[in-house]
Amino acid sequence: MDDQNVILSIRDLNVKFTLRGQVLHAIRGVSLDVYQGESLAIVGESGSGKSVFVKCTMGLLDANGFIDSGSILYNGMDLTKFKTDKDWLKIRGREIAMVFQDPMTSLNPLKTIGKQIQEAVELHQGLRGKAAYDAVLEVLSDVGIDDPPRRYGQYPHEFSGGMRQRVVIAIAVACRPKILICDEPTTALDVTIQAQILELIKAMQKKYNLTTIYITHDLGVVANVADRIAVMYAGDIVELGKCDEVFYDPRHPYTWALLSSLPQLGVKDEPLYSIQGTPPNLFHEVKGDAFAPRNPKALKIDFVERPPFFEVTPTHYARTWLLDPRAPKVEPPEHVRVLREKGVNRVG
Amino acid sequence: MAKYITKRVLRSLVTMFIIITVLFALLRLMPIEGYFENYDKMSATQVQVKLQSLGLTDSLPKQLLRFYKQIFHGDLGESNVYRKGVAITEIIAEKIPISLKLGLISLAIALAVGLPLGVLMARSTRTRFKIGDRLGTVFIVLVQAMPSAVYHILIQFAGSQTYIGKEILGLPMLFDASNPKSYILPVISLSIGNIAYYAMWLRRYMVDESNKDYIRLARAKGVPNSKISFRHVFRNAFVPLVQYIPNSILFTLMGSLYVESLYSVPGMGGLLVTAIKRQDNTLVQALVLIYAVISILGLLFGDILMGIVDPRISFAKKEGSR
Repeated sequence: MDDQNVILSIRDLNVKFTLRGQVLHAIRGVSLDVYQGESLAIVGESGSGKSVFVKCTMGLLDANGFIDSGSILYNGMDLTKFKTDKDWLKIRGREIAMVFQDPMTSLNPLKTIGKQIQEAVELHQGLRGKAAYDAVLEVLSDVGIDDPPRRYGQYPHEFSGGMRQRVVIAIAVACRPKILICDEPTTALDVTIQAQILELIKAMQKKYNLTTIYITHDLGVVANVADRIAVMYAGDIVELGKCDEVFYDPRHPYTWALLSSLPQLGVKDEPLYSIQGTPPNLFHEVKGDAFAPRNPKALKIDFVERPPFFEVTPTHYARTWLLDPRAPKVEPPEHVRVLREKGVNRVG
Repeated sequence: MAKYITKRVLRSLVTMFIIITVLFALLRLMPIEGYFENYDKMSATQVQVKLQSLGLTDSLPKQLLRFYKQIFHGDLGESNVYRKGVAITEIIAEKIPISLKLGLISLAIALAVGLPLGVLMARSTRTRFKIGDRLGTVFIVLVQAMPSAVYHILIQFAGSQTYIGKEILGLPMLFDASNPKSYILPVISLSIGNIAYYAMWLRRYMVDESNKDYIRLARAKGVPNSKISFRHVFRNAFVPLVQYIPNSILFTLMGSLYVESLYSVPGMGGLLVTAIKRQDNTLVQALVLIYAVISILGLLFGDILMGIVDPRISFAKKEGSR
């Protein structure tokens, strides 16, 4: 991040859903700056709110979801003020594009893939006819699809999963966005294809000068692609830092637990670590640190008051009372200490 | 594609052959009294002579062979009770155009009203109070739940017996081919069921489609909602309905038993029932043959049309393997 221009600034965002008369507080006061040209990974378990969080930036929340308070600043516009579909058309595709999780269902089965890419080209590049057709062929070869003229006229069912994900990426790139959001882009794919798709996204990021936001629960993916990591838990970002900082010097107990449960760090013949308990029920207001009930070493204050964001370094923040000067010294679990030593070796 | 169609046509011919043969055999099991107007008063010889003249004394295979040959020449035989001695093709030729005309008009109206209604309902499911969807559902449930006879009578009554229908619009109660106004009520009666049918299924398929991932992707890439509704949702939701359209068109040939008798339309509607009741064997044979052809063609055209609009259906591959 040589370039420190903030492209997307989210401030104190609260998102709620109404479900059967109850209110679910899905995003609880999240603030985050996304820098021009970086690739940011948002990690967290299912239901931690990472998908909801990025959907807010495109106005794609489900009908029962709404932004309760906060702001999303993009290019001088506050996206939380957008009401109509027409407002959002200024953003969707044109400024922010998205790659979805499952390529098998992300494409219209009855339209040729060429036409589906061309739809984006016509909407956002303003090209028509032959020029649009040529632009489609170009983006097809960009994403590594052989023989674009033949592929143009084929239907999604004639493509494999990995190829379809390439098409989905082609559609996103054809919009010429500034920000590309990849919502679990490799989860539905074969392990052998995953690396290729990540490479492709990286290549597209370089070629088209994109800012990328990855949403994933796969820390392996994160390690591969991310400059910065935001760890989300129960609708809140609990730790935010550069990739190395979060991996080698994590501060939040949830990040500790998450890293400890990585199979790659497990010792042979020892049972794999798993986090006790379940995430909090977001229908009820969360008191204190949301992770405290699952944290065996939780402090008393963790149950009473929500910790503020403590600064570890100017790029590394964590929301835990452990960073308060008055807090007792709590050692991270063994796996994390091993990682920390590795990190020191790496730096040294 | 050509290979697939030939295969399907050949198979349809076999099906038809079986239907005709079984039907022919069954009708020969009926008592012979039906062939005569005053059987009781006839002597055994008279009966015998009559049967011989009808060719019914020949062996069954011989009769069958003669029947196939007739069909091959487009001759469906003569009616022997319903309208004695008149060629069946002639009887039908008078009746089919009436049923077809009423049927096609009402089908066109059903599509023109039912499809937009379905689209409106589907779009309304995403609004706050879903008023359009709720009203549409009330209509559909009413039409589907009520025995059709009830609403046919209601339509006839409201259209021709109430003050507005009778005095202001001047709608006649019964059908009269020379009076265009008399078409209105039968057409409404015929189309109302189809309107509900097409609206219900289109709404359902559109709601299904609009919750799919590719619609989310289309929204995410910045396609305006109106274009998504039409280019993606409607287009894809219409595919499963396409299959039924050839059938709907062909079935209008058969007419509607109830509507035609209610408005006394001289169409195809009651013909088969009358023919069976009066044991006019040749007429029954001919009508069942026609209905079988219609049904088989309807299915065949439906499948072909489906293959044209849905690229995932391949005619080249063997059926059963996808």
